[in-house]
Amino acid sequence: MSQFSPGDRIEELRVTPDKYVPHRYAGASGDFNPIHIDPEFAKAVGLPGSILHGLYVMGLVAKAGAVAVADGDPRALKKLSVQFRGMSFPEREIVVSGEVTESDGERVVLDVVATQGENQVIRNATAELAVPSS
Amino acid sequence: MAIKTDAVGKTWPPFEYEVGREKIGEYCRVMGIENPVHFDPVAARDAGFRDVVAPPMFCVVYSAGALGPAIFDPDVAMNFAAMVHGGQEFEWGEPVCSGDMITTTGRCLEIYEKDGRGFYVFESTSVNQDGEQVVRGVWTNIVRGV
Repeated sequence: MSQFSPGDRIEELRVTPDKYVPHRYAGASGDFNPIHIDPEFAKAVGLPGSILHGLYVMGLVAKAGAVAVADGDPRALKKLSVQFRGMSFPEREIVVSGEVTESDGERVVLDVVATQGENQVIRNATAELAVPSS
Repeated sequence: MAIKTDAVGKTWPPFEYEVGREKIGEYCRVMGIENPVHFDPVAARDAGFRDVVAPPMFCVVYSAGALGPAIFDPDVAMNFAAMVHGGQEFEWGEPVCSGDMITTTGRCLEIYEKDGRGFYVFESTSVNQDGEQVVRGVWTNIVRGV
């Protein structure tokens, strides 16, 4: 897709992180907060179980935008701002979907949400990307 | 009790991080990012990068360390146990490649109270070895019941 118009939907990203993703993300990122990797600790602080890292889900939002607009080019994403709302959990599908809100041929702005079941995990995500010239 | 705002404007010592090819690969494998420019130096160079390039959100790997001391700083006095990550912004500049030395400085932008919750807003600014800005982050932490 090389032409974008306001209102266009971007290609959805659907991912079901397996039960070890929080451990692997902890290792990759250095964030070993036990709420992500120790279900007993998570339950002791009132959570239903280990939760995914918010920045992991933000990473999925970034990936979805770059794939939809620029075939995954790491230079495309210029700005991304998100609000973290619900918790999300391993072994349940996350759906990242979005819509073009602005486009001038060189730059697109997307409004993106990440949901898991009925829960909005990330909302009001605004992504600004450069459209590759081709 | 009014929220303590003494730390607004405070900066913390720069945090240095040397980017490595294997660390980029590890991050990309977790995220399911498969573009060869993140794994293969030849593919990366063919695409115009100096070496294997990091995806944008790899910035959390090299920049978060600058804000660790801020979160536990007694001047900030944030109740870490009741803290949640409320919002995050990043604005990217130069791409980050394997071999880069990234220096990140953290600063407290704002502390305020709203609806019984404390908002602690920090900025991270990361530059590469040539002094070019690679990312600026705004990190909003929310503490319940301040």
